[in-house]
Amino acid sequence: MILTGNHAVSYGVKAARAEVVAAYPITPQTQIIEKLAELIAKGEMNARYIRVESEHSAMTACISAEACGARAFTATSSHGLAYMSEMVFWAGLGRFPVTMAVVTRTLAPPWSIWNEHTDILAQRDSGWIMMMCESAQEAYDTAIQAFRIAEDERVLQPVMYGLDSFSLSHTAENVDLLDQGVVDGYLPRLDPSKLPVYIDPDRPITFGNLLGPDRMMEFRHLIKEAFDRAERVIDEAAAEYSKIAGRPQTGLFENYRCSDAEVVAVATGASSGDVKDAVDGLRDKGVKAGMIRLKTIRPFPGEEIKEAIGGVKVVATIDRDYSFGFGGILGRELSAYLSGDVFRYIAGLGGRDLTIEDFEGIINGALQRAEEGKGDAEEVWWGLKEVE
Amino acid sequence: MFVEIRLHGRGGQGIVTAAEMVIEAVTLQDYYGQSIPIFGAERRGAPVTSSARVSDRPIRRHSQIYNPDIVAIFDPLFVYRQEVMAGLKEGGSIIVNHKQRPDIQKFKLFVVDATRIAMENGLVVAGWAVVNTAMLGAISKILGIVSKESLEKVVRKRWGGDLGERNIRATLQAFEEVS
Repeated sequence: MILTGNHAVSYGVKAARAEVVAAYPITPQTQIIEKLAELIAKGEMNARYIRVESEHSAMTACISAEACGARAFTATSSHGLAYMSEMVFWAGLGRFPVTMAVVTRTLAPPWSIWNEHTDILAQRDSGWIMMMCESAQEAYDTAIQAFRIAEDERVLQPVMYGLDSFSLSHTAENVDLLDQGVVDGYLPRLDPSKLPVYIDPDRPITFGNLLGPDRMMEFRHLIKEAFDRAERVIDEAAAEYSKIAGRPQTGLFENYRCSDAEVVAVATGASSGDVKDAVDGLRDKGVKAGMIRLKTIRPFPGEEIKEAIGGVKVVATIDRDYSFGFGGILGRELSAYLSGDVFRYIAGLGGRDLTIEDFEGIINGALQRAEEGKGDAEEVWWGLKEVE
Repeated sequence: MFVEIRLHGRGGQGIVTAAEMVIEAVTLQDYYGQSIPIFGAERRGAPVTSSARVSDRPIRRHSQIYNPDIVAIFDPLFVYRQEVMAGLKEGGSIIVNHKQRPDIQKFKLFVVDATRIAMENGLVVAGWAVVNTAMLGAISKILGIVSKESLEKVVRKRWGGDLGERNIRATLQAFEEVS
């Protein structure tokens, strides 16, 4: 089947038998919820579509649905996610296993609808598991796996997954859909009795009380432990899905040709395929290049990546995001785990297109800087134009 | 095989639909396809582009297309606009909707009168000839890997009944006539 990344998410959510969809439209996400609304209206999907007046209410409706034991989904982007942020934290810290697709889009001003990862990464401390998709196929696969990870008794945390604006959300490509019976076997119905918060009219209790300083740290520590266990759950969910789908899946991260690599690029999202094509091209020219693709950003698989590429001489990180006064978020985070030089690149902000030539240039550039004995203190803003 | 195609038309002419149908058709031939719409706001009537990749292997990249192998021009008035040839590979092909044979020496030229074919099949909306299915037929012919049966399937999936049949006729007529 040929599907855009957005519609691949819609069909994944349908296959996962989400029971409640509450969402507010925003470019470039709108196609996801339009398709879901259409599937529900036609009776092809048995779910309740709740129309809301804002993203803040969308997430509130999803939290409430989960509290009643219903599988809930929403999707948003950029300003919608920022507006939703209060309830994003509520879902994460309250341990409601909602799943959400985030079509990553630049935050204004200046006004923009194009791609950047800063919107999703700004939610990184909200208690959500976070992933980034590489292709429309992976968007479909992740939409299904996300519920399984979120609802796993060892986790019980919400999951959000990102799709690059336009280059993935609106690009149509080949997607294989699974039979409903196969998905049902992989993803059993949500068992409300295991939810941390379940509103059962037969067993009335109160929620939302003020919690004093004597207990809050312990509540936070429960979530920390859930994230510690999540790494294994994510890998298991990917491994079992790859069996039922007959396609290899990536859990925490993908190791592409790194085993004998002298230079490794680290990136995430829809440009990852372009990086792989650049790696192949460089290998043809005799450069031993490799790539680490971050699929999961929270929990951050730093130790595992260190194990995979700890011995590699040159690492180039490519961030399509920025934390002012700190740097590229993923590059900075990974640097904390690696002992060697990590050359940090900022690229493609505001939707500036990145091509195979760009990635070849970045990888070669990092190699050259290492040969010249330049340290990794300075980040490079790739392709930055002179401002008059 | 790895072919990149760029489509030029006007907002509302259906170039995104045409690109999607092209890759749906190549998928039926066991090829891989990717359709990349313009990244941003579309305006009806203004010049817009859309693009597609066709490959015999899975397509991993998601960057935009800068050096297409084929350019398809949906509006006859765009033939001599500079941007339609921009980046076209040496030895690349141009498929143009035109009544005559425009004077283009640098590239392989293929012409189809998609406007006439659309009109003959009653494919007119608000006074506009809807040329996307005719252009689908022409592009598919030049790609050389799409069968008429696949084209019929792809078009019939989008439009049922009489409208579907008229679109199929336009597609196949252009498939035969493009030269």
